[in-house]
Amino acid sequence: MKSSVIIFPGSNCDRDMDVALKKFGFQNQMIWHNDIKIPKSDLIVLPGGFSYGDYLRCGSIAGKSKIIKSVIDFANSGGLVLGICNGFQILTETGLLPGILLQNKYLNFICKNVFVKIKNKENKYFKKIKKEVLELHIAHNEGNYFCSKDELKSIEDNGQIAVTYCDHEGNDDEKNNPNGALKNIAGIFNKDKNILGMMPHPERMIDPFLSGEDGSLFFENLIESL
Amino acid sequence: MKVKVIVTLKNGVLDPQGKAIQQTLNGMAFNNVSEVRQGKYFDIEVNESDEGKAKFQVEEMCKKLLANLVIEDYNIL
Repeated sequence: MKSSVIIFPGSNCDRDMDVALKKFGFQNQMIWHNDIKIPKSDLIVLPGGFSYGDYLRCGSIAGKSKIIKSVIDFANSGGLVLGICNGFQILTETGLLPGILLQNKYLNFICKNVFVKIKNKENKYFKKIKKEVLELHIAHNEGNYFCSKDELKSIEDNGQIAVTYCDHEGNDDEKNNPNGALKNIAGIFNKDKNILGMMPHPERMIDPFLSGEDGSLFFENLIESL
Repeated sequence: MKVKVIVTLKNGVLDPQGKAIQQTLNGMAFNNVSEVRQGKYFDIEVNESDEGKAKFQVEEMCKKLLANLVIEDYNIL
């Protein structure tokens, strides 16, 4: 399986993602933002970081970069596109995913482990994961998911909520909401479920000695599902 | 010609920075400040002498890049 990680100026989780993808069997290639074409891929990843210094709005400049047209074409043809953290912000700025990530409610940069509840397994990203709750890492200043009421209804009706912040038992209530996100949303799909954007970093949880292993479950499922 | 644009958050969208500024102003004895909403201001030099054309272009810029219409409104001055 071939994957491509796009590098923007200011991306800083691109190499972690490269290590994670390779560990679980992907043949990964790194693609520069100024390129126009993406080589044949089964998965495109927009990594975390601070693309273009978070200028204007997080992800807004990357959302208009040269490479993005290829990413949009790939996504619209049904290809799997995964955006983590800043990658999620970029996906909302391109319009591939609805809504936007606002500044965290309490103005703090949050860097900690959290639990997220898998809300929909009828997709390639979570299909064969046996657990319902995963422990992953978040590190962001703008992770407060927001969209209009109509959009929220449509997201809920179409099963587009992918993961929500919760406690270790899976209670995804306001008490377990780190950043003010609507409905505790930590990640969403597009309607066809081939595009996933999420704030938590699975690539940081692939080594039991350094962090945890729930990210491994994510990547193991991904390569098996493709 | 120069075109000026102000981008502001829509009503109802949380503005934690504005809130922090308001609280700081209150702490500085500006007790009558009840709300602050922070926005963005752009000075755009367009190589175009026709004002209508320039503003039309800037409006496109606002829709496509300068403002995110999910949360922001723009005002071309």
